[in-house]
Amino acid sequence: MDADRRGGSAGTRGCGRAVDGPHSTRRSDGTDPTFLGTPPVPGQRPDELLLQVAKGDQDAFAALYDHIAAPVLGIVRSVLRDPAQSEEVAQEVLVEVWRTAARFRPDRGGALAWVLTIAHRRAVDRVRSAQAATDREHKAALLAQTPAYDEVSEAVDRRLEREHVRRCLRALTETQRESVVLAYYRGLTYREVAELLAVPLGTVKARMRDGLIRMRDCLGVTA
Amino acid sequence: MTAADLHMLAGAYALGALDEDERRAFEAHLADCEACAVEVAEFVATSARLALAASQPPPAAMKQQVLGRIAEVRQEPPKVDLPAPRPSAEPSRVRRGARFALAASIAAAVGLGGVAAWQYERAQDAHQQAQQAQAETAQIAAVLSAPDAHATVGAVAGAGQGARATVVTSRTENRAVFLTPGLPDLPSGHTYQLWFNDAGVMRPAGLVTPGAADQTILLKGPIGPASGMGITVEPVGGSLHPTTAPIALMPFAAT
Repeated sequence: MDADRRGGSAGTRGCGRAVDGPHSTRRSDGTDPTFLGTPPVPGQRPDELLLQVAKGDQDAFAALYDHIAAPVLGIVRSVLRDPAQSEEVAQEVLVEVWRTAARFRPDRGGALAWVLTIAHRRAVDRVRSAQAATDREHKAALLAQTPAYDEVSEAVDRRLEREHVRRCLRALTETQRESVVLAYYRGLTYREVAELLAVPLGTVKARMRDGLIRMRDCLGVTA
Repeated sequence: MTAADLHMLAGAYALGALDEDERRAFEAHLADCEACAVEVAEFVATSARLALAASQPPPAAMKQQVLGRIAEVRQEPPKVDLPAPRPSAEPSRVRRGARFALAASIAAAVGLGGVAAWQYERAQDAHQQAQQAQAETAQIAAVLSAPDAHATVGAVAGAGQGARATVVTSRTENRAVFLTPGLPDLPSGHTYQLWFNDAGVMRPAGLVTPGAADQTILLKGPIGPASGMGITVEPVGGSLHPTTAPIALMPFAAT
């Protein structure tokens, strides 16, 4: 069993490979060294670093920061939009990663997936708590907004590494892409997506699931 | 919500598109559904790719700010066991607000925010015993957060001044959860045993380790016809019927 688990964290199976893939690509081809800010320390994968962080290693956290800060800020900003608020929430997420590192289990799922799930959730929490206060205005604003895909795809366009994700998003049907993008990049619940698109809840659930199945297959994600 | 309905939520879950209640329900479902767990792992990894694609280099100053902050933040220890609430601290508040406070503390222990909980739970799946504990944990959380959860606080004889235990019951879950800040040590060879009180007939409902602090225990078996529970001291391994007078008898809250 232990051998299996080590195999998992080394990337022979599990989410680690899928999520860490872009890093190896970046490091080896060197086409885009600024993509994640400071280049990560070679040889130290996020999973290993996070395990060190869990033991209170601040240097390991500094190295982990270089892996995670850009995607954390990116997804938070994608959901929140406001730059100052996004930076604030991103910092909170990074501190939470430090605080709760001992809860991460490397056996399944990679450190990046763990961190980015926290980041997305905190961003969404922030949106939804603000939303509770001004629900009506928010809904009106929401309905007035155009789908986020174009903006996302523009941002995605700029970087070689993002090309893969963009291509895979394109491989979705229009309705699947809309649902995935509104939920993940905009932080809407599937109920809000259903309302926005005026389709039944069950339809939205299915679109999200089918969309992720296609994305997963297109990106070659395994678990 | 049926299992099939929950299964359809895997995509929305991985995209962070469930509201709080649905997320909890889905995570409880995940603990029992191997097929969902694999699918969700893949979906969460896929979502992470979406986040990576949205990366934005942070301002240079942010790193020093964050490093400065973490130097002053204490890290949480790994959560291995359920941290039981402490009914003895504020008994009256526990009684009245029990299920929400308890549910929150259990949720903090087992929820850990979604995937983390799931990862933690999946990490255990090599260990049958741990898996069982996990199912129990989910069941405990279900009881404590049930809309019809009722808490009863009772005194425990011989457990020291003001020693109390709490039992939380949910008729819809048909299960009971026993919470204690700790029962006193016993002479070796003895243990505490919990019982359902079926109209005066005591039905075995599990053992409690003496001396251990902060225990949260799912009583074995359904509540069924039981109107309350009792605790006795029994030989190690427990008994089929109580062999000593109960140190506590606690009626379940009327429904």
